[in-house]
Amino acid sequence: MTKKQKKQLYRILTSILIFLPVLWLPLNETGKFIGFLVCYAVIGWDIIWKAVTNILHGQVFDENFLMTVATVGAMCLGDYKEGVAVMLFYQVGELFQSYAVSKSRRSIAGLMDIRPDYANVVRDGKETRVEPDEVLVGDVILVKPGERIPLDGIVLEGSSTLDTSALTGESMPRETGAGAEVISGCINQTGTLRIRVSRPYGESTVSKILDLVENASSKKSKSEAFITRFARYYTPSVVAAAALLAILPPLITGQAFAPWIHRALTFLVISCPCALVISVPLSFFGGIGGASKCGVLIKGSNYLEALAKAETVVFDKTGTLTKGSFAVTRCYPRGITGERLLELAACAEKDSNHPISRSIVRAYRKNTEQFTVSDVQEIPGHGISVTQNGKNVLAGNAKLMKSRKITFQPVKEAGTVVYVAEDGKYRGAVLIEDEIKEDAAFAVSELKKAGVQKTVMLTGDTKAVGEKVAGKLGLDLVYTELLPADKVAHMEELLARTSEKGRLAFVGDGINDAPVLARADIGIAMGGLGSDAAIEAADIVIMTDEPSKIAAAMRISRKTLAIVRQNIVFALGVKAVVLLLGALGIASMWAAVFADVGVAVIAILNAVRALRVPKEEKVLRKENFREAPAG
Amino acid sequence: MRKTFKLVDLDCAHCAAKIEDSVRKMEGVTGVEVNFLSQKMVLEASEEYFSEIADKVVKRIRKIEPDVTVKKI
Repeated sequence: MTKKQKKQLYRILTSILIFLPVLWLPLNETGKFIGFLVCYAVIGWDIIWKAVTNILHGQVFDENFLMTVATVGAMCLGDYKEGVAVMLFYQVGELFQSYAVSKSRRSIAGLMDIRPDYANVVRDGKETRVEPDEVLVGDVILVKPGERIPLDGIVLEGSSTLDTSALTGESMPRETGAGAEVISGCINQTGTLRIRVSRPYGESTVSKILDLVENASSKKSKSEAFITRFARYYTPSVVAAAALLAILPPLITGQAFAPWIHRALTFLVISCPCALVISVPLSFFGGIGGASKCGVLIKGSNYLEALAKAETVVFDKTGTLTKGSFAVTRCYPRGITGERLLELAACAEKDSNHPISRSIVRAYRKNTEQFTVSDVQEIPGHGISVTQNGKNVLAGNAKLMKSRKITFQPVKEAGTVVYVAEDGKYRGAVLIEDEIKEDAAFAVSELKKAGVQKTVMLTGDTKAVGEKVAGKLGLDLVYTELLPADKVAHMEELLARTSEKGRLAFVGDGINDAPVLARADIGIAMGGLGSDAAIEAADIVIMTDEPSKIAAAMRISRKTLAIVRQNIVFALGVKAVVLLLGALGIASMWAAVFADVGVAVIAILNAVRALRVPKEEKVLRKENFREAPAG
Repeated sequence: MRKTFKLVDLDCAHCAAKIEDSVRKMEGVTGVEVNFLSQKMVLEASEEYFSEIADKVVKRIRKIEPDVTVKKI
């Protein structure tokens, strides 16, 4: 509790200590009146004071004024007990509200606690502790075990494991060592690192993320906008209704004024839209906070709202559904073992930096330095020719085989094929493909389960490769061999086909697809960790490389919206009922004070649920991948 | 120039809106955003008179919401 809240608590307790004896002791009328008045002064003085000062500032219809009128009115009508009790309950409710809000605020702030407090900078051989924003690009900083990496940079010395969970939700620590890029916000776990700073603090990953999350609430959802507008009209209309209720019925029917005024005062107690005004943004804030706990950054509650309505999800292939790195997926040896085929290929490709060559060397797994090769000839557009142990080894595409007049068996499988020949004899072929991410198929099936009607893939890759990947993942539609401009055109077409209420989400890796990301209703960028382009271009950023997080984010958004809807319906419903019963003289001020603060408290407690995210959303659900259709 | 302030004890969403509306209308203020949940105010005003404008804003907030204390971050 804050100091202010504690003070408030003592005041409430004191006034209860006065209230109860006055209520029960056999005092005469005057005694009771004085007792209740003292109690009222203790509990309500600040409300009355605020009401008075606000009127002097020209604000009439604020909740302080309305509470004052309602309670003073009740006391004037002779209901001392009711007047004091309503004020007391109002204060209890306010305290509870403030406590609940500050508590959830703290837990959300805790989630986003990735701001580094200091940096140990090494200047002239001396280590000094400075503010992160005082460190310049090119400075060398020291990060000890247990400390947070304050700025983005490159490791010069040392090796360690990094806890990236605050950024990605991933609990697996990441290995790092000299030459590796490190990102601010991670926690250094095991060894001391010397890091050369590559970006100023203002442009570092951590400040970008914080900026994004803190400003998320400025992009308001429709429900929030509705509540703001509603609140503006609600209070004046209820007050107007109260005034009419106090005056019209007695004038028309000729009844006494007192009971009607009493009913009107009930109206004033319910006239604050607090429950909605607090709980709706709090739910969205909680939902965004909960999503960021799993490594999904949502830039505004409007996107959270849109995500719940996602009807079509369009994926980019490379880097989104596939790893964007090549790997050997199959060998077709001819007259030799697969092992030997890879050995021949690896020995030919060992000194090449081409991604295809690297993938072959990786697949071979053993050290390639044992081979001594000579006469290395790279033949552009064909492949490579080397001499090893006096034998000529060729590795390359079909064109290479044809040009050397080698008879070979063409491989029909989609992907990149490297044919290998030794001394003019065909030895077999190696199939290299872009690897599909482990959770890609699972991601697609989860999206379907979450209610997405259509999953589409756009790719610049060949028809054969694109359709193979789409088939394996169970996507509904695939468009291949697209130029960047074609992607936008297809996006337009898909948007036109999306229903009125449905939304279209595009998932890309932020590289080369910025126009498409911008065009979609919801632009989702993958692998935001360390990629500025992705963080800037997208509406939602998945910090890890896992497409399955999209479904998790969808579930979070659905849950958040459900909570918002519950709160709106519940709060408005209770208020409407109490207003009606109050007008009929059935509901007393007691019911009204419940409809006001009680409902607000319940709505806040409900809103806090949005923050809670089931544990399994946070980690990659490896055990589930096998259940997903493997194609 | 933009600067962020912490609004300690800002307890109601409605008060946040009140502060925002009132500060926005002040002279020299080019932009203001009050976030009730993060208890922060981002104030935008011309570089030259920033400190004077900020002082006035602090006074105005004290008048509207006496419970709220403005702190520099």
